[in-house]
Amino acid sequence: MSQLLEIENATLKFGGVVAVNDLSFSVKEGEVYAIVGPNGAGKSTVFNLISRFYDPYAGALRFDGQNLLARSADAVADLGIARTFQNIELFDHATVLQNLLVGRHRHRRTNMVQEMLFTPKVRREEERHRAAVEDVIDFLDLQPYRDKMIAGLPYGVRKVVELGRALASGPRLLLLDEPASGLSVEETQDMRWWIDDIRKQMGITVLMVEHDMGLVSGVSDRVLALADGAKLAEGTPAQVQSDPAVIEAYLGTGVV
Amino acid sequence: MRIHFKTSYDHDIRLFPDLWSFGVYAALLVIAVILPWLMDDFFLGEVTNVLIWAIAGLGLMLLTGQTGQASLGHAAFLALGCYSCIIFMEQGWPFLIAFPVAGILTGVVGTIIAIPAIRLHGIYLAIATIALSILADDIIVLLDPITDGVSGKFAPMITIFGIEIERWTTPDRFYWLVLAITVLCTLAYRNLLRSPLGRAFAAVRDSEVSASAMGVHIARTKAAAFGLSCAITGLAGALMGFYAGAFNNETFSIVISITLLMMIVIGGLGSIHGAFFGAVVVAFLPQFLSMAKDLVGGSSVAIPGLETGVFGMILILFILFEPMGIYGRWMKIRIWFELFPFARKDMFKRQKSYLKTERLR
Ligand SMILES: Nc1ncnc2c1ncn2[C@@H]1O[C@H](COP(=O)(O)OP(=O)(O)O)[C@@H](O)[C@H]1O
Ligand SMILES: [Mg+2]
Repeated sequence: MSQLLEIENATLKFGGVVAVNDLSFSVKEGEVYAIVGPNGAGKSTVFNLISRFYDPYAGALRFDGQNLLARSADAVADLGIARTFQNIELFDHATVLQNLLVGRHRHRRTNMVQEMLFTPKVRREEERHRAAVEDVIDFLDLQPYRDKMIAGLPYGVRKVVELGRALASGPRLLLLDEPASGLSVEETQDMRWWIDDIRKQMGITVLMVEHDMGLVSGVSDRVLALADGAKLAEGTPAQVQSDPAVIEAYLGTGVV
Repeated sequence: MRIHFKTSYDHDIRLFPDLWSFGVYAALLVIAVILPWLMDDFFLGEVTNVLIWAIAGLGLMLLTGQTGQASLGHAAFLALGCYSCIIFMEQGWPFLIAFPVAGILTGVVGTIIAIPAIRLHGIYLAIATIALSILADDIIVLLDPITDGVSGKFAPMITIFGIEIERWTTPDRFYWLVLAITVLCTLAYRNLLRSPLGRAFAAVRDSEVSASAMGVHIARTKAAAFGLSCAITGLAGALMGFYAGAFNNETFSIVISITLLMMIVIGGLGSIHGAFFGAVVVAFLPQFLSMAKDLVGGSSVAIPGLETGVFGMILILFILFEPMGIYGRWMKIRIWFELFPFARKDMFKRQKSYLKTERLR
């Protein structure tokens, strides 16, 4: 398996806080790679670096051999990188269907004038986007919510819609920031099967941040433990969980 | 209650969800077309005014309701559309060329002005755009040789394929012209809403971070919203010029900008209906107030600022009790009737929303 995502010696500072500290890791095509670590370890910041919301202070980021740092945030999606957010970031005043259709934005083939006239091409494209989105709706069992506004949906459903929006873009790499946080035991179980299927049936590489060690060991091939923005340990879930440095870092937090 | 049995994706993509709503809008259009035979010239003029305000409302709605960018500078774009259309016609251009070119010109200027404004958010953007409204007045005076400054300009006769159209002598023709432009603008707006760019506008409005993570170019999308919004506003401005007959540097003042913004909030942000409802309020409020004054017998007393005051009160009441505007209220009443007698009291209570922060953690 080849390396899909490579992070090399990335460093990011917020004022005095070193959020990511000389961090290197790489994710192979087709694997599920998890990042764990206490709150404030810099996990979400790593995602935001990949999304190009922040410029690293130093280091290199590559996706499929291409330099991510040469791209702006919206151009990252064009490469086939989709993500979810720790604090759900949906389009609240739009329906579930419209949210998922925004996920298709990187496949837009029509321009403003064509869309204002709603030419046959726009209609054909809309039908194509819709078909792709319906596949996602079927996969995630979102049928009952298709025409509901996000603003009225329960938390658990929003979490799934956000996963759906990322999937609708047809990504090669999916970044999931705490996909199971705030979910019930059943919902977490569903999430686990979905992540499994996303990897196995759809062949999408998954990079996720997660606190639920049950979920992490259940779905991931490799785990990276992060503390204060630096790598603590990397390996199989079992290796990382038994690593003395990891146990040390987690002592007192009671997570493991 | 109407139940939709959908058999293809096209059901959701096409303009009207079902035969019933197609029928309603078709009937509305038929009534609109035969209106000159149903009304006297005075009321036809008032309806024309409503439609022109509605076009201007659609323009600002696209930017503020759809894309979430407030602007208090739109009077300047009304002025630009108005002056450029009439100046082009004075150069001998036919209306059918001068009018769309004036719209496009206003759109292009709007896009250029948007580029520095795009980084501003919310109230800061609103404040920055106020400057435009104020500057417009000065620029019109400074450009006296072209704009005739303080003395102002008169709108020429519109001629389309030899047919003469003028607000006072042929109010029915002018009404039909405005109606046709209203329908075209509404269709274009509606088409945008059901295609990628319209969804990108809403995405930028609701969450810039996730919009850009989905591949939406934020600056370009905002610039497109500004451009389209200003183009439609420019068209409305030209029509306002023809409607007023004469205009000068004070016609398109900051008050017009404020009225426009209040109008779409009262009508209902983010919906096409909202622009029309708001336009009805704006256009009929002065008439309504003078009738009310007649009723209490105070018609001879002039109360300065009464109109603005009442308008402001209505706005405050809406923000407090019906933030979704008249359109939101209308939807609720409609759903209540459709479900009758099954509507529940707490049906429209929103699920508690979750704290949203600008931070990405
Ligand atoms: N936008 C920001 N501005 C300032 N400090 C930030 C910002 N984002 C994150 N941080 C800081 O960076 C560190 C890592 O944060 P984060 O990546 O969110 O942690 P995690 O996701 O692992 O809980 C924390 O100390 C946090 O306070
Ligand atoms: Mg985090």
